[in-house]
Amino acid sequence: MQLEQPRPDETPGEHIHIVSPKVYGTIFVALLFLTAATCGISYVDLGVFNAVVAMAIACTKMTLVVLFFMHIKYSNKLTKLTVASGIFLFLSLIGMIMSDYISRAWGRW
Amino acid sequence: MSTATIVSLPDQSTARVPKMNFLTRENGLLSWLLTGDHKRIATLYLISITFFFFIGGALAGLIRLELLTPQSDLLAMDTYNKVFTMHGIIMIFFFLVPSVPATLGNFLIPMMVGAKDLALPKINLLSWYLYMIAGVMAIYTMIAGGVDTGWTFTTPLSTHYLNTHVISTGLAIFVAGFSSIFTGLNFIVTIHKMRCPGMTWFRLPLFVWSNYAASILMVLGTPVLAITLVLIVLERTVGIGVFDPAKGGDPLLFQHLFWFYSHPAVYIMILPGMGVISEVVSTFSRKRVFGYTAVAFSSVAIAVFGFFVWAHHMFIMGISNYAALVFSLLTMLVAVPSAIKIFNWAFTLYKGSITFETPMLYAFGFMGLFTIGGMTGVFLGATGTDIHLTETYFIVAHFHFVMVGGMLMAFLSGIHFWWPKWTGRMYPEKISQFAAVTTFIGFNLTFFPQFILGMLGMPRRYASYPPEFQVLNVFSTAGATVLGVGYLLPILYLTWSLKYGAVAGDNPWQATGLEWMTQSPPLTENFPQIPVMDHEAYDYEWLERQQQQEVASV
Amino acid sequence: MSDTTITANRAATETESAHHPAHPSFQRHHFESVSQQFDATNFAMWLFLLTEIMFFGGLFTSYLIMRNWYYPAFVEGSHHLSIFWGTTNTAVLITSSFTMAMSVYSAQMKQKGKLVMYLVLTFILGLAFLCIKGIEWHGEWVDHHVPGLRFSDADFLNPKLDADVYKEYHDAPLSPEMAQNTEEYFFLYFAMTGMHALHMIVGIGLLGFIIFRARQGAYTSGHVTFVENFGLYWHFVDVIWIFLYPLLYLISRHT
Repeated sequence: MQLEQPRPDETPGEHIHIVSPKVYGTIFVALLFLTAATCGISYVDLGVFNAVVAMAIACTKMTLVVLFFMHIKYSNKLTKLTVASGIFLFLSLIGMIMSDYISRAWGRW
Repeated sequence: MSTATIVSLPDQSTARVPKMNFLTRENGLLSWLLTGDHKRIATLYLISITFFFFIGGALAGLIRLELLTPQSDLLAMDTYNKVFTMHGIIMIFFFLVPSVPATLGNFLIPMMVGAKDLALPKINLLSWYLYMIAGVMAIYTMIAGGVDTGWTFTTPLSTHYLNTHVISTGLAIFVAGFSSIFTGLNFIVTIHKMRCPGMTWFRLPLFVWSNYAASILMVLGTPVLAITLVLIVLERTVGIGVFDPAKGGDPLLFQHLFWFYSHPAVYIMILPGMGVISEVVSTFSRKRVFGYTAVAFSSVAIAVFGFFVWAHHMFIMGISNYAALVFSLLTMLVAVPSAIKIFNWAFTLYKGSITFETPMLYAFGFMGLFTIGGMTGVFLGATGTDIHLTETYFIVAHFHFVMVGGMLMAFLSGIHFWWPKWTGRMYPEKISQFAAVTTFIGFNLTFFPQFILGMLGMPRRYASYPPEFQVLNVFSTAGATVLGVGYLLPILYLTWSLKYGAVAGDNPWQATGLEWMTQSPPLTENFPQIPVMDHEAYDYEWLERQQQQEVASV
Repeated sequence: MSDTTITANRAATETESAHHPAHPSFQRHHFESVSQQFDATNFAMWLFLLTEIMFFGGLFTSYLIMRNWYYPAFVEGSHHLSIFWGTTNTAVLITSSFTMAMSVYSAQMKQKGKLVMYLVLTFILGLAFLCIKGIEWHGEWVDHHVPGLRFSDADFLNPKLDADVYKEYHDAPLSPEMAQNTEEYFFLYFAMTGMHALHMIVGIGLLGFIIFRARQGAYTSGHVTFVENFGLYWHFVDVIWIFLYPLLYLISRHT
């Protein structure tokens, strides 16, 4: 019976990876720490770097959530690619629109 | 016309349409309204989009009648504005976007990949309901007084200067957008996860590839339109001002966000049509599509490049010169994969055993008209000529060549091609060939004069025009009448064929796709058992060997 | 194919289904295996989240452009938000993400009691988030900072009107045009937090349904797909907030 043949895109046994509560706990503590950190740093005057640091911390937090809470670290390549393409297109949307705003002769940039 | 044919029908005196099929499996209205079967949902979609096509077509008829004379006499100016707006909205969001994917795609993709159904049947049904809700809202808008912003909802016109039903239209398109997101999402998941054993990516029919590319655009582009429409609605209801220059907003931001979806939407509309053409051209020239891999990847390339060209709709709106330059270059780039497809189809025909059944006639129509439509797109993508031609009838002719001459031809080609699979019966060949030729002639008569009108400077979206443009406009209106006949004929003879058409058998075209390996109309779960794909796509020699074996074993 | 082969095939289908190994009740008819079903629905959820990224993408783009155009207005506008509530809410949402992750773990380990407990905790934390958001929105309503409906730029023309904020930041008065543009900031603030809250409300509604089903033991017999996919949605909403928090509350604290 051909039903038992492995199907495309599927590597059996890989997809249900159980992440231990220890990992979840560590990530949770890290996220709380980063929240406190970003809040604290916002009171220090770093000039333009306030925004940079805040966004860097937010990106770190996002990465932690996506990798561990959302199990991307343990996912197959297809799911990883999906996430990457989402981020890529999001950045393209912003980047291509910015390319117009920044280079306008009459702009308010 | 050549009398050679590849059609092989079973002996009509004994053949019957199989009693057990997806249409007869269950009876009653509820069995249709609550169905999870992709083929039944495709049928529901087919009926609904045909309905909307004829509404949109009637509006187009009104536009052409009004333009018969230079004065605005048939319709008042603001009625004319509403008519062309509703024509655009209905044709784009309720016909072209769902046309091939939601009907043929829904019907065929699970069969082509060898699955029992789409991955998410309930979401598929939900998508049809969302489409219907959106359709009801659009019809409500028309009855309540219409909307006259143009289908582009240009701000601040749509937010501040007009008091027509922008909100209900915006919400209708918002809902229709989610319908198309769910269709696209379903296709992507199905193509990735539901392929039968042996069905590798490069054995997929090209129809599946092009629908896959279109689905990517649907899933990633449509949400941006959704949020833009939400902002428009908020602007009208609550009075916020992200797009309102008086409040510090930026109308160009609206244009950016709107065209970020609406340019890829053009590829959402045309890509599935290209898939149909690949199938038809291969089947009726008995040859594997030339450069299968190139055609497959050109679909994906169109989807990717398609996201980076949107600002060519904005060259005259005051975007920066540097951005215009970049977007213009990228626009030229997206013409390359489209040309790859056209060239590869031409090479497929070369030394093929070509026959001229109706689907093939429509496919030839597609290839000629799409080429003209695509090439004029390159003119418009060049910043210099764009300034002269944009907002004239040249642009109207350009996108009608792509959308009507391209997509609608492809849709009709596909409907004729898979009609025997869908209903188990053949359409009448002679009259349908006549319809295909009529459509082609009518189309050219309608839209070719509009290129000239545009070059001469006739602006679009006006109910009246200077008298010297009348001759060409009369041509155009006359052509529209012929075109109308060309579109009415199929609905008549296809309905007729439901009862009186010749019994088609499993594979009337001697085609190689998996969908032809099951009975017509198919069973509810498509195949008696999950098929195994053991040959390349479009392998006609494999088919011949298969048939010889069958004969030998009988 | 003649009719005889079709009947033969149908007979084959029937015998095949008779010999088919018993499937778990939650496996839908058109999937070949549970793992295929899990893979497909999981992938579908990720694609849906992709559309959500692009949905919020439009708002983030608007924010970026308006912020760069009207920087002073955005700075002073953000001074009127409460850092305390914003930070608390971030912590609440992160905690709810943690409890959601633990619910998925409990479902995988087939511990029904723990699953229901963690789900209820997530539910309560989600409601707490919305309540805090409500408190903040109420504050903005009182301060006439709701664009379109109840807005006045008096606080920005004359910052001393709001003594608490003035004490902390000593904002200079904005020019009349710039003061008007604070409405743009508050509009984006409401659009973004509002869209986010809408997603929270949908999530909490679904969560109620999941708790109901979990109590019946629906997710502790090997069928974790639904809980897992809902978890993805919940974490995604968390990720959006992780960006809203610095963008709206923090990065304009210092000019």
